[in-house]
Amino acid sequence: MAAERRPLILNMGPQHPSTHGVLRLVLELDGETVRNCEPVIGYLHTGIEKTAENLNYNQAVTVIDRMDYLSPLTNNLAYVLAVEKLLHIEVPARTRYIRVLFCELSRIASHLVWVGTAAMDMGAMSVFFYCFREREKILDLIEMTAGARMNPSYFRVGGLLADLPEGFSEKLHALLDEFPTWLQNYRDLLGANVLWVERLRGAAVIGQEAALAYGLTGPTLRSTGVELDLRKAQPYSGYEEFEFEVPVRHSGDAYDRYELRLEEMVQSAAIIRQAIDRLPDGPWHIDDWRIYPPDKHQYVERDMEALIYHFKLFTEGFKVAPGEAYQGVEGPRGEIGCYVVSDGTARPMRVRVRAPSFYNLQSLPLMVKDRLIADLITAIGSIDIVLGDVDR
Amino acid sequence: MALTVGIDIGKALLVIIFLQAAFGYLTLIERKLLGRFQLRPGPNRAGPFGLLQPLADGVKLLFKEEIIPAGVDRFVFLIAPMLSLLGALMAFAVIPFGSPVHIFGRLVPLQIAGPSLSLLYVFAVASLGVYGIVLGGWSSQNKYGLLGGLRSSAQIISYELAMGLSVIGVLLAAGSADLNQIVSAQTREWFVFPQIVGFIVYFICAIAETNRAPFDLPEAEQELVAGYHTEYTGMKFAMFFMAEYINMITVSALATTLFLGGWHGPAILPSYLWFLIKVAIFLFVFVWLRATLPRLRYDRLMAFGWKVLLPVALLNAIGTAAWVALVHP
Repeated sequence: MAAERRPLILNMGPQHPSTHGVLRLVLELDGETVRNCEPVIGYLHTGIEKTAENLNYNQAVTVIDRMDYLSPLTNNLAYVLAVEKLLHIEVPARTRYIRVLFCELSRIASHLVWVGTAAMDMGAMSVFFYCFREREKILDLIEMTAGARMNPSYFRVGGLLADLPEGFSEKLHALLDEFPTWLQNYRDLLGANVLWVERLRGAAVIGQEAALAYGLTGPTLRSTGVELDLRKAQPYSGYEEFEFEVPVRHSGDAYDRYELRLEEMVQSAAIIRQAIDRLPDGPWHIDDWRIYPPDKHQYVERDMEALIYHFKLFTEGFKVAPGEAYQGVEGPRGEIGCYVVSDGTARPMRVRVRAPSFYNLQSLPLMVKDRLIADLITAIGSIDIVLGDVDR
Repeated sequence: MALTVGIDIGKALLVIIFLQAAFGYLTLIERKLLGRFQLRPGPNRAGPFGLLQPLADGVKLLFKEEIIPAGVDRFVFLIAPMLSLLGALMAFAVIPFGSPVHIFGRLVPLQIAGPSLSLLYVFAVASLGVYGIVLGGWSSQNKYGLLGGLRSSAQIISYELAMGLSVIGVLLAAGSADLNQIVSAQTREWFVFPQIVGFIVYFICAIAETNRAPFDLPEAEQELVAGYHTEYTGMKFAMFFMAEYINMITVSALATTLFLGGWHGPAILPSYLWFLIKVAIFLFVFVWLRATLPRLRYDRLMAFGWKVLLPVALLNAIGTAAWVALVHP
């Protein structure tokens, strides 16, 4: 009499080399085939949304940073734009350009981490180090401007932390000039490698309908043939003033997502070049002392009035009229949206974040059903989740 | 008589000690090379240029607490790493690593033992090692270990066949399965040129046999954490590691013997140095591949072994046989 065939339950993670942080998967295996996969999340829950409610509007920027820690400035932008919507303020053109510039830099940095970690997942170790070498140069630029590398909190309500430093433009141009060589390197090491293509082609496939039904965004959605990019669909922060394309692929597999991300990096580089070349002169923050603090040397040290505004801003912050606003921006992983509700005080009543990784992760069981374990690893990599973003 | 026995024991000890040392320094060289490939210095803290690193690692592993998980089959769990290492060490016994030398007025072959079917012996013993991996993975009561063990058994069975067939060409061309005679058959021309297909198939299979990237599926870190040795600690873990590295040396030595003319080389260097240099080139390629290539998927690996390597090796064997029979009687 044959024994009953029971699936092997494998508890993968939260400590596992390729779950990109602390993702836990409960797998039902039949040999090497995944019959069922159930993601268990919450191991990196940090309560950022709740914390933000107890900080004033500008302080909240610093915690919003820490959700999607691979592109903190995109998180910043969604939040800052939402608050600016509530306040009905328009930031100067220079601010908008610099914000776009840094968001695109973050996108490249984030995609570089993706290429590196995805290659690492497949066992191609060295690419990871090359990607990080290049990402480091972008972080250098961010550090040079904002003082911090990982969580710069550079965007502020009504403007920026500081203007671009001296020598920034030259450094950025140097980086943009060598950027195509980086990409060529990755294409040579990965795209031209038959092993890499074989691993990604036809792995982690998701159909267009399912992708839309699951609320996927970003490269994961665009790999299925849907051309949805908020930078084009609902332009914000002046994206309509830039020329760029939204690359789209149709087969919905991991290889398409790899190619999409490389091409998005090319487009981002093009946007950055436009932004730095056409960067308007003028103020880089709004001229309203109730919201953006007056300059310390120019005003605060000389003018009593300015000192009072400065003191008020840094002790209690600014009050926002009751209301609610949502702003979605196109992050490296998809739509990252911030929904801010104000009750008229200096602290947000509710900050709710639509995290792209969370939605993208939901599609994982669909992608890996009846596929091999190796494909599961490909799939986790290909949807590019950041657990900080999933759990918040 | 006593002298012969003494010399044999001496050679055996020498080879074993050399292999242990080579294992240690191979790990260091690998880490150094990987470091260079990956824009980092590699180990450089212990001693000058990190030269004492293998020693430090060895001492650390020796003093680690031995953890035996609850519920394991103790006997199998303990014997598995030893089996693995045993297979790796024994295979080296028949490999001629230099031209015969004179010791106390005798002509001593630089080879521990030279049975006439030494090629067959290498294959027989080298495949023993997989028992260690399978048993280790199975007995450790760990699902990753089990999957790793299963993978390795399937992988080694598939690739052993193609590997065996790939050397048939050499065997036919030399007209002997004795490694010494294979070496002396290559005095004029190395077999790598006429047997290039066999060489390529052999080398690919050798990588798969030693579980090295891109065929390192049994211990695929990103998939199975550490595969069959997930639950092993201390020296038992070190033995698995030693087995892997000594296997690397063995397959490289065998490749040198079968295809690169063994210890033959211009007389500017002693024969054993030529042998070492050739082996070192192979070892470098092993590390190079690990630094560059992504891993194959399990089903692709199987398909590649059965549908590509096996037929190619078979055709090569048939072709060589025809050539030997017709052109070169």
